Amino acid sequence: MQFSSYNPGEFYDELFAAQSQPRPEAIPLIQRIEALSPGELRQRQQAAQIALFKLGVTFNVYGDSQGAERVMPFDIIPRIVSAQEWSQLERGLKQRIQALNLFLADIYHEQKILKDGVIPAEIVFSAKGFLQPCQGLKPPAGIWCHITGTDLVRDRDGQWYVLEDNLRCPSGVSYVLENRRVMKSTFPALFATMGIRAVDGYSGHLLETLLHLAPPNLPDPTVVVLTPGIYNSAYFEHSFLAQQMGVELVEGRDLVVADGYLQMRTTKGLQRVDVIYRRIDDDFIDPLAFRADSLLGVPGLMEVYRAGRVAIANALGTGVADDKVIYAYVPQMIRYYLGEDQLLPNVPTYLCWEAKQLEYVLANLDQLVVKAANESGGYGMLIGPQSSAAQRQEFAQRIQANPRNYIAQPTLCLSRVPTLLDNSEGLPQLAGCHVDLRPYILYGKEIYVHPGGLTRVALKQGSLVVNSSQGGGSKDTWVLAAADLSTELGSN
Amino acid sequence: MLSRVADSIYWLNRYVERAENVARFVDVNLNLILDSPRGVAQQWKPLILTTSDLPLFEKRYGQFSAENVIQFLTFDSDYPSSILSCLCSARENARSVREIISSEMWEQVNSFYLMVKEAAQAQSLSELSAFFAEVKMASHLFAGVMEATMTHNEGWHFGRMGRFLERADKTTRILDVKYFILLPSPKDVGTTLDEIQWIALLKSASAYEMYRKRGQHRITPSEVVKFLVLDREFPRSIQFCLMQAEQSLHQITGTPTGTWRNSVERPLGRLRSELGYVTLEEIVQMGLHEFLDHLQGELNEVGKKIFETFFALEPVC
Repeated sequence: MQFSSYNPGEFYDELFAAQSQPRPEAIPLIQRIEALSPGELRQRQQAAQIALFKLGVTFNVYGDSQGAERVMPFDIIPRIVSAQEWSQLERGLKQRIQALNLFLADIYHEQKILKDGVIPAEIVFSAKGFLQPCQGLKPPAGIWCHITGTDLVRDRDGQWYVLEDNLRCPSGVSYVLENRRVMKSTFPALFATMGIRAVDGYSGHLLETLLHLAPPNLPDPTVVVLTPGIYNSAYFEHSFLAQQMGVELVEGRDLVVADGYLQMRTTKGLQRVDVIYRRIDDDFIDPLAFRADSLLGVPGLMEVYRAGRVAIANALGTGVADDKVIYAYVPQMIRYYLGEDQLLPNVPTYLCWEAKQLEYVLANLDQLVVKAANESGGYGMLIGPQSSAAQRQEFAQRIQANPRNYIAQPTLCLSRVPTLLDNSEGLPQLAGCHVDLRPYILYGKEIYVHPGGLTRVALKQGSLVVNSSQGGGSKDTWVLAAADLSTELGSN
Repeated sequence: MLSRVADSIYWLNRYVERAENVARFVDVNLNLILDSPRGVAQQWKPLILTTSDLPLFEKRYGQFSAENVIQFLTFDSDYPSSILSCLCSARENARSVREIISSEMWEQVNSFYLMVKEAAQAQSLSELSAFFAEVKMASHLFAGVMEATMTHNEGWHFGRMGRFLERADKTTRILDVKYFILLPSPKDVGTTLDEIQWIALLKSASAYEMYRKRGQHRITPSEVVKFLVLDREFPRSIQFCLMQAEQSLHQITGTPTGTWRNSVERPLGRLRSELGYVTLEEIVQMGLHEFLDHLQGELNEVGKKIFETFFALEPVC
């Protein structure tokens, strides 16, 4: 299939510097694709999709009838990240996670950053994710955000930005692993020659990260993955990760607090649990401490946790840093805790609780993206340039009613990657679609950035929303190894 | 192993086996009708009677027509023991323990479910026979895949125990169909028509050929009962099922066979020995239907005890 008519347009294209000019690192891939006929390319795409369906790589859509699973659409043209670029991202992400972790430890203890006036205290206290019961909590090894899935985007000029931090329970890593499995059988020859870094080490690193939290000297600690159950949208992933790590997948009803410890119900009686990788939101984890109507959690868990008798990853209370207003202060955190300048910039953010910025936001709604501070998954969002006057009116009212809960950002022109779509006559064509990137960062003995990540792609042409719940798909992400070993070592 | 996980593997197997057996006893009747002489009315009520779900059927359908009964037992998604519902439940259970069972097992139960769902949408009575054959085969495939791909560990034994307890119960019900099917008049007992009905019954338990092979070839009611209840080698006979279930139970608990330590081992062991020592005469004396009723009651008791002992664990406060 020929790229000759593929036009990157006025966007930053991840594979092409300009029309018919592939970026150097993408040349082998482009040549391989050009050697295949359009029909064959599409056939491989379909085969990959079927393989994913058979593997059961599915997600559930809320509001759909019970048990309806879907496969996230998968595109076989990967996104490539060069070694040099990756090492910059890696350093930026490590810096960011380190600062965020220090921030979390601080605000649940001395609150120095608030006392020093770097971040207004009322902003932190009014964040939905700020949990009073976590005051004074001492999580094992002082780590709060063990698993992070930071959302990155790239603007028209190629500049990377951090869009969201996702410090609670980011999902999607199972797609990274399964997409790769499928891609290896789709383009085996490229894997032999291009130096694509392997992603299979994730589960091993994740298990190490979790074991690091177990009480020392315990010969055989019990680690579990806690899931809300089979109707959760990411259930496949919970089950997959438990299987890959060889640990139990438990639901709240499998767990009980007895004798001051967290225990699971087994056919041979109760057995103690030492580490939980929880995929349940803070609010639901203990009906005694948080939402009383939660059936997903374990009554009394918080007490056991506070007593240090069980470790939870991610720690409870991390959601405070996912508040989009607090996100805006990450550059200040990095300077405050690390004395460094931010390596990986934030998207410029207007805070509606500040009168002047609010004024600007309201006057420029048609240019900006407005987001609710506490929503995720593409919900509660206004994309100014694509909105109607009525929608803007409605948002303006919502913002004025609760300015603390809204932020606005300039509409970024997300970078694109060629994607195999059907044209209006049903024939395969290559079209540029917007993407983001979610790398996964594990914080155990040290901070580890997994060399890969989930590339989400907006399959509706022109659309900027990449969330799977909003019709987005995914691509494999090829992080290339440095040609020269010294750079590779330098980046680690 | 987690109680919930053991429970799911157990029910996964029970539901798959249940779907297979529902197919079997609808199939008996389809066979019977084809072989009945002209003028003998079709009897569909007996199938509902053996399920013990008569009130539910009457409320929802009323008429005991072929269409109604088949719809109820096969594709009614509101009837929890219909083939379709069994597969939904089997699949839900499998989905919740996917990381424990083998992926081949998951794939088999998933494609089994999709097959039944598709059939439910495009059903035509004329193709039902082929559909029931497919259901039986899919269930056998599942059992075979589980045998050959899952470690024979505690979870596997829970599954196997579930499958054999379900099969024992369903064999009692297949036998019971004959009790409810009326002959045109009492003097037809022992005639060709009677014999044809017994043959149909054996066939629905895949037992006809094996029955013929086991020495005494003639078909007599008492021999059929003996074969389906007491045979120690035929894999669908009740005694065989109980022996297998008991074996798995003792693998799970580690208690030596022939002894008991918990409240499941006792009723199951007692029932298995009862069948080991009961005579055909005693069964006839008690009445076949009453005897089968008694077995069903005991099997329910075993199921209840399994739930209490392994699955419904409450901490001591």
